[in-house]
Amino acid sequence: MADSSVSIKSSAALEAAGTIDIERCRDDFPVLRREVHGKPLAFLDNAASSQMPEPVMRAYTEYHSRYHANVHRGVHLLSQEATEAMEGARETLRGLINARSSKEVIFTSGATDAINLVMQSWGRTNVGEGDEILISTMEHHSNIVPWRMLCDEKGAVLKVIPVSDDGVLDMKAFADMLTDRTRLVGIVHVSNTLGTINPVAEITRIAHQHGVPVLVDGAQAVSHMKVDVQQIDCDFFVTSGHKMYGPTGIGILYGKQELLEKMPPWRGGGDMILSVSFDEVLYNELPYKFEAGTPNISGAIGMGKAAEYIMSVGYNAIHKKEQELLRYATEQLQTIEGLRIIGTAPEKSSVVSFVIDGVHPHDIGTVLDLEGVAVRTGHHCTQPLMDRLGIVATTRASMAMYNRREEIDQLVAGLRKTIEMFR
Amino acid sequence: MNDKLSQLYQQVLLDHNKTPRNYRVLDPADFEALGHNPLCGDKYKIFMNIDENNIVTDVTFIGDGCAISKASASMMTTFVKGKHIDEIEKLFHQFHDMAQGKLDPENDPNDLGRLKIFYGVRNLPARVKCATLCWHTLHAALKGKEKVTTE
Ligand SMILES: Cc1ncc(COP(=O)(O)O)c(C=O)c1O
Repeated sequence: MADSSVSIKSSAALEAAGTIDIERCRDDFPVLRREVHGKPLAFLDNAASSQMPEPVMRAYTEYHSRYHANVHRGVHLLSQEATEAMEGARETLRGLINARSSKEVIFTSGATDAINLVMQSWGRTNVGEGDEILISTMEHHSNIVPWRMLCDEKGAVLKVIPVSDDGVLDMKAFADMLTDRTRLVGIVHVSNTLGTINPVAEITRIAHQHGVPVLVDGAQAVSHMKVDVQQIDCDFFVTSGHKMYGPTGIGILYGKQELLEKMPPWRGGGDMILSVSFDEVLYNELPYKFEAGTPNISGAIGMGKAAEYIMSVGYNAIHKKEQELLRYATEQLQTIEGLRIIGTAPEKSSVVSFVIDGVHPHDIGTVLDLEGVAVRTGHHCTQPLMDRLGIVATTRASMAMYNRREEIDQLVAGLRKTIEMFR
Repeated sequence: MNDKLSQLYQQVLLDHNKTPRNYRVLDPADFEALGHNPLCGDKYKIFMNIDENNIVTDVTFIGDGCAISKASASMMTTFVKGKHIDEIEKLFHQFHDMAQGKLDPENDPNDLGRLKIFYGVRNLPARVKCATLCWHTLHAALKGKEKVTTE
């Protein structure tokens, strides 16, 4: 590491080493101080995008104000600093998910992009006519559509693991659905609609008994719980920066090195090559083989910073606080007559989806918005799950580590007001 | 109550949501069209009969969605009944402009009458489509020009 960028790294190290008191972390998120429609903001839409703390914004600004330059190609100082900061972020993210090597951490534009990379590169090479891809009923559209596209292209079959009425994956059915034609299992780690935490390590163990690789969609996992890809033993893991207190437009694909080595590049261009002639191209090594073109440098730095922020608060503290918020929200919401919680799995992250008799989720969402409460309403990009549960939409409150009980009280008061209006 | 809230969810709207008018299938129907907002799952079917002078003799709807979309459909049916289809064309454009805040029903010339209560959605971009869904559906039915007859 060059002297000049010591400041970048040392402030990072400082925060990673120190701890941030979770009760005070709220102060790091300036947006939480704002008002909407004349009311204090209660931001309960963290599963869509969580807010960014100041250290992330500072890292972002610092890149733009001090060393904005292209990476991996400059001899000048700014480019070296940018490269070091971006590779430092990769290393931080490697540590966050405990990958063996930072070669296994590929920057993408998000979880969706990462799944598409696997589909385009691994999928198009390894899936043929009559083969099967196994996903679950509770997948986000981003872990359905790419596989539907691949199956249509290859004449392969998309099979779907059922879920119970309370939103638990049917593990028995899963084991029975693995056949000698199964080429991949794609499973969401934490459901964005239900909050269900799936037993991904167990799923991987069973799939591996059949020699089937597993892709885990961890978009909703990383901000809430320690993810250890070696312990899960999954073959691919994807996540997005903006769902873990980082910026939008950035995410990662983790893949086991031996798999990534064998996969052909998907996008071609600069950075992903060692040498180019018109007759032949020599591809770069991992992870660059999959990172054609100038990457989202500031996004990568921001995402790395967000990972440091999470680690400095600590997953133990996060888990404790969020589970306490989940319990409180569940309790309080259940006091509302005619309200039914959708997704009551025993293992849940801090997400509560619900429907209320006689009031459409969109009207709930609008009234809550005008009361200062931000929630998500709709199908949450899980239409097949909605169909399975026989509903068109839910209202979803999703809590982050910085939320407070008062915000849940504000939600409940808003709901009572809504019901009164529509009764 | 919150100003924007009371402006949006006026009593008339809430009432039409709870007890929608003309909420039934029309069989046979001269025109019939399905309106669907896949983003929020709102789904309505609109049926309409006209006489030989192109005057609407009956118009009904079925379907489900949020209060704004349902009340809008209900009020639309009561409003366009007895009107000439050319008038409906004009109303469609006026309603559309009002919902988007391009037409101020209090100050700009218009024929929207009691439909003015939907002016409130202009402040809420996410809800504009809810109010206009039924109007788009009716408009599409008319534009189709082909008479759809139910068996
Ligand atoms: C479970 C899950 N998977 C994947 C995604 C897609 O993430 P992105 O839109 O950041 O690519 C989301 C985002 O809503 C999600 O909740």
